[in-house]
Amino acid sequence: MAPLRKSRPAQTAGGVRRAHGALEAEVLTVLWDADEPLNPAQVRDRLSGSGAGASGLAYTTVVTILTRLFEKNVLSRKRDGRAFRYAPVTDEAGLAARRLAGLLDAEPDRRAVLSRFVEDLSDNDEQLLRALLRAREEPPASDTGQG
Amino acid sequence: MHVYVYVTLFFPLAAVPLARVATTRLHPRHATWLLSAAAVVLAATSCGALGLLTMAALVRMPLLARLGHWSSTVVDSGDSTSTAVALIAGVLFGAALLATARFVTARTRALIDAFSHARGLPGRDSLVVTPEQGADAYTIPGWPGRIVVSSGMLSALDQPGRQALLAHENAHLNQRHYIYTTAARLAAAANPLLRPLAGAVEYSVERWADEHAADAVGDRRQVATAVARAAIAAKHSPARLTPAVALGAVFSRNGGSLTDSGPVPRRVAALLGPVPRTSLIALAAALAFVVVAGGCALHAANELQDLLSLAHHAVDPN
Repeated sequence: MAPLRKSRPAQTAGGVRRAHGALEAEVLTVLWDADEPLNPAQVRDRLSGSGAGASGLAYTTVVTILTRLFEKNVLSRKRDGRAFRYAPVTDEAGLAARRLAGLLDAEPDRRAVLSRFVEDLSDNDEQLLRALLRAREEPPASDTGQG
Repeated sequence: MHVYVYVTLFFPLAAVPLARVATTRLHPRHATWLLSAAAVVLAATSCGALGLLTMAALVRMPLLARLGHWSSTVVDSGDSTSTAVALIAGVLFGAALLATARFVTARTRALIDAFSHARGLPGRDSLVVTPEQGADAYTIPGWPGRIVVSSGMLSALDQPGRQALLAHENAHLNQRHYIYTTAARLAAAANPLLRPLAGAVEYSVERWADEHAADAVGDRRQVATAVARAAIAAKHSPARLTPAVALGAVFSRNGGSLTDSGPVPRRVAALLGPVPRTSLIALAAALAFVVVAGGCALHAANELQDLLSLAHHAVDPN
């Protein structure tokens, strides 16, 4: 019985939802980075250009994600030939979040209620991390630090 | 007053070894539970002991004795607290109450701000992606809480890395980690000797979220890489505003080895190591320590109560 639980798949309901969340985030990043509205094919191309894991995305998956983001009012779209071109709605999210970050960072107490993914590093910590990363990425490439 | 009230005051001195045992020998989830509970219990008992010492002096004042209908002679004979000790205890007790009240006000305001901002962020999803190029990612507690990730952070990570990041932040949201850290910080405000526990709780919730991410991604090394990459990217982004103050205060930041490093390399090293397991012996020992601390405080409180009721009977024999 116990061994059955061993291979715990990420494909539980929660896992799939998380994966979708990650994909949506990637699609949004592509669109933020683009200077112009993109159609699904362009989004897919840029996804496979940037991330390692996203290369195998089907066109329909990209369309689904874009449609969902559009329905959530995160993206705007206009028809261009047979497909739609999508763009982020406004800088609203960025502005609001920046305002918040500025406000919360102003005081230690406010800062403390935010959970940051990573805290600031000392130079020493950075060297340690680079060493750990190098040890992990076994091919002795000289500079693998930043993605 | 007898020995128990003084013994109670000494338990918080064990905060450093307690934090060390919990962060190294327990699963981060258990470490979080234990350390935040221990912080609250030790803060309550040590402040309670100061309160008892203060009270023991107050009840000897003839005016109060007359008002309260007890015999100050009986109290005097049964209690050995010197006026100097009582005075020091009274000052410390007052300072603790003041610091606690200050902390509660500031933290409540910060949480209200966070909640209202979490509500005010656009969209209804928990995830908000900002177009900033600087790498940053954080969770805002709220109802519901939100996860804010910058484009810079997303592009610094590969696909499994992004999944790890989101799983980590989701763990903070779903498990309401801010409650544990707030409870521990409250305890540390009341008794500064407990600061190592608060720092350890803040570290443990990060480790808890890392372990959750490792479960979700299914690969501890991927998560370790993501944390390391994100930290390096964040260090080199100008967008980060102020340096961290509170977090990781237990761990000194200088020196060359992993044991002396900041929280991020420790998290990465822990992820590169084996899955953490809770040592039942360590858990039992830590729990026993907290229970004994609580027992001492209760005993001290009982002593004072007994003395007072004795004094009460002495003054009013009918």
